[in-house]
Amino acid sequence: MEQDFRYQVTGDCLVVQMPVELDQHMADAVIRELDFLLDSYGVHRLVFDFEDTTFMDSSGLGVVIGRSKKLAYIGGITYAIHVSDRIRRMFHAGGIDKIVEIMGEANADE
Amino acid sequence: MSETVENHMELRFEAKSVNESLARMAVAAFLTDMNPTLSEVDDVKTAVSEAVTNAIVHGYSSEKEQVVIRCSRRDQLCVVQVEDEGVGISDVKQARLPFFTTKPEQNRSGMGFSFMETFMDQVEVESTPGRGTKVTMTKYIAGGNGR
Repeated sequence: MEQDFRYQVTGDCLVVQMPVELDQHMADAVIRELDFLLDSYGVHRLVFDFEDTTFMDSSGLGVVIGRSKKLAYIGGITYAIHVSDRIRRMFHAGGIDKIVEIMGEANADE
Repeated sequence: MSETVENHMELRFEAKSVNESLARMAVAAFLTDMNPTLSEVDDVKTAVSEAVTNAIVHGYSSEKEQVVIRCSRRDQLCVVQVEDEGVGISDVKQARLPFFTTKPEQNRSGMGFSFMETFMDQVEVESTPGRGTKVTMTKYIAGGNGR
């Protein structure tokens, strides 16, 4: 039941579509792919798009924390977009809102 | 005069990460009869996912080992127990601290127990090093009125 991994590179920006269910099982797959992409493209901006994500546990925080550290190391910035209220609360609890730019309300896309 | 409604379920599965979603789905399905709100279902699913992930990632080193989930319901009170026979936790108090992780490589947030506590009303952890860990989580399901 593996979901396919979708991403887009534009200039020095990598946009990654996060999976529908982001648990530890999916997180491991996403991390493998992402680390490969980050090393291959050498981008300085990474965007996690949570539009499709209906379930996330603390494994999702691990994905974001680890990758944002990697980006910060080379002077890059990490963003999270289409973040639902629930995921936003989890980000806040895990201190992620301090290291990642969070954009996009739960129900309103501007 | 209304009688007490009770129900029980037990699920045993191999300690493979692919079974994390199976565990969440099964518990969510068990809850359905309690008429929970979507948010309550998400709360329980998240807590179950955290406990099962702990058992698989930290408790066991082999996928052949087994995790057991027991659900019980008494009226609107739901109890979910996640048990493994893995390495156990030597310092439960420390393990429950936010941001604590025994696998400090980049990919762990250390928020597993915190999320169980956030999303459930009560979380009890019994663990014996070398014998295993049992996490018992309780939540009152207020439910959605007039669904």
